[in-house]
Amino acid sequence: MSQPMFYVSPEQQVKDRADFARAGIARGRSVVVSRHRDGILFVAENPSRSLHKVAELYDRIGFAAVGRYNEFESLRIAGVRHADLRGYAYDRRDVTGRMLANAYAQVLGTIFSAVSEKPYEVELAVAEVGEEPQGDQIFRLAFDGSVADEADFCVMGGSAEAIAAALGQGHDPGLPLAKALRLAWTALSADRPQPIGFDALEVALLDRQRRQPRKFRRLTAAAVADLLQPAAEPSRPKAARPRPQPPQ
Amino acid sequence: MTTAWFGAWGKTAGEPLSGGASSFSAWLAQARPDLLPTADRGAPPAPELAPRATTIVALTVADGVIIAGDRRATMGSMIAQRDIQKVFAADEFSAIGVAGSAGLAVDLVKLFRVELEHYEKIEGAPLSLDGKANRLAAMIRGQLPMALQGFVVVPLLVGWDQSSARGRIFSYDATGGCYEETGHHSIGSGSVFARGALKKLYRPGLTTAKGVTVAVQALFDAADDDSATGGPDLARQIFPVVMAVSEHGVCPVEEAAVAKITNQVVAGRQRRPDGPEAKL
Repeated sequence: MSQPMFYVSPEQQVKDRADFARAGIARGRSVVVSRHRDGILFVAENPSRSLHKVAELYDRIGFAAVGRYNEFESLRIAGVRHADLRGYAYDRRDVTGRMLANAYAQVLGTIFSAVSEKPYEVELAVAEVGEEPQGDQIFRLAFDGSVADEADFCVMGGSAEAIAAALGQGHDPGLPLAKALRLAWTALSADRPQPIGFDALEVALLDRQRRQPRKFRRLTAAAVADLLQPAAEPSRPKAARPRPQPPQ
Repeated sequence: MTTAWFGAWGKTAGEPLSGGASSFSAWLAQARPDLLPTADRGAPPAPELAPRATTIVALTVADGVIIAGDRRATMGSMIAQRDIQKVFAADEFSAIGVAGSAGLAVDLVKLFRVELEHYEKIEGAPLSLDGKANRLAAMIRGQLPMALQGFVVVPLLVGWDQSSARGRIFSYDATGGCYEETGHHSIGSGSVFARGALKKLYRPGLTTAKGVTVAVQALFDAADDDSATGGPDLARQIFPVVMAVSEHGVCPVEEAAVAKITNQVVAGRQRRPDGPEAKL
């Protein structure tokens, strides 16, 4: 026996699908992507050490996501393939954050409006670090493929509004790393009775100062704890990372 | 656009978890085979079409491993390029030198570099040094039809092995055979002469600076007896490209440092043209 067909207006259909996607995203923990003095900082509340919410797409481009892991993981892999193919076919400089944001917008938009598929319950950010601070870019992509070009920071996930409000109070793109990280951590803990533990933070950077062409690097749990120690404690001098020296 | 993108995540073009999910070259062969460094396999052999890159030397030192290459590419008896680069960083912990058909070799290196980076990004961890060596072997084997047409590409891979904390050298043949070398190795048309020099000058535990000197001496000997290998071009200030790989990663030896060592080698050769005397 076939199901009886009812008319559903396009407005209602879109609204239902959007509600479905929003509900899925709201269940997840949040991610903050923000500009700071030396590049772009990604901070996610993520108890897992290996299932990342933040990742490298290309030399200067990073990726952050909230929502269903399997969905944003396949989007991440597609982004890496797209970027690597572009860079291989043309030149590494021809891979841009704007290009990847556009590609993600196309895919998410197509899936959102395809009646036969359920919408993806994800929200993404694509961020690119410039040679100079003015070149930094953060794009935020919603589940329906809409793109927003964020000036200084973006917050995605469950309590995005409360976190964004907390972050907006103290945010300044000129902040040094330690202060920017502390602010992001405080903001992520905004609607919690207890601050989030250091070991539940996933932190990565697009580091303008990095000498290699690939600017993305993750901060280890120890490095994060070091940066977030109470300011009253005299901070230990950071051990300089060993750099290869040419023979004399 | 959308079609290509869907293909990119395996929605239509097979399954993302099939073999090669983290291999860029495997995916490239599926998505854009026109971009692979191969040519029409039915074409007649015409190796004289492409310039050939020549001698590469590598040796282990106390801090890791050194790889160096001369700068000449030849077409028949003509010099095609005086300052070609044949030694490259493959990623942050390995370097590669290539001999053979120059255009294909340089493209193959480009593909190998993307391959390593792609794997690292998809999997979240870099390949082991043995994994890199095996991956390169498979890529060379894929070039076998080109090799049979006369476009042979032979690489020499060196890298820092994190697990055993030492520098290692891998050589290849045109069929994709991969062989680990101990101490030192050389490939290319001048390799016979370079290997002779390496045998006499190499000793375990050299400092990096001494290792660079040994590499420059070996390349000098290769250029001395092989017309396709370029010696140091003092008039144009063109010197070998040298890379040192240690636990801190790949570090190109600065041109000024190579120039200084080369000048010392050349000065020594003016007194004794055959190079330093080995003890009996």
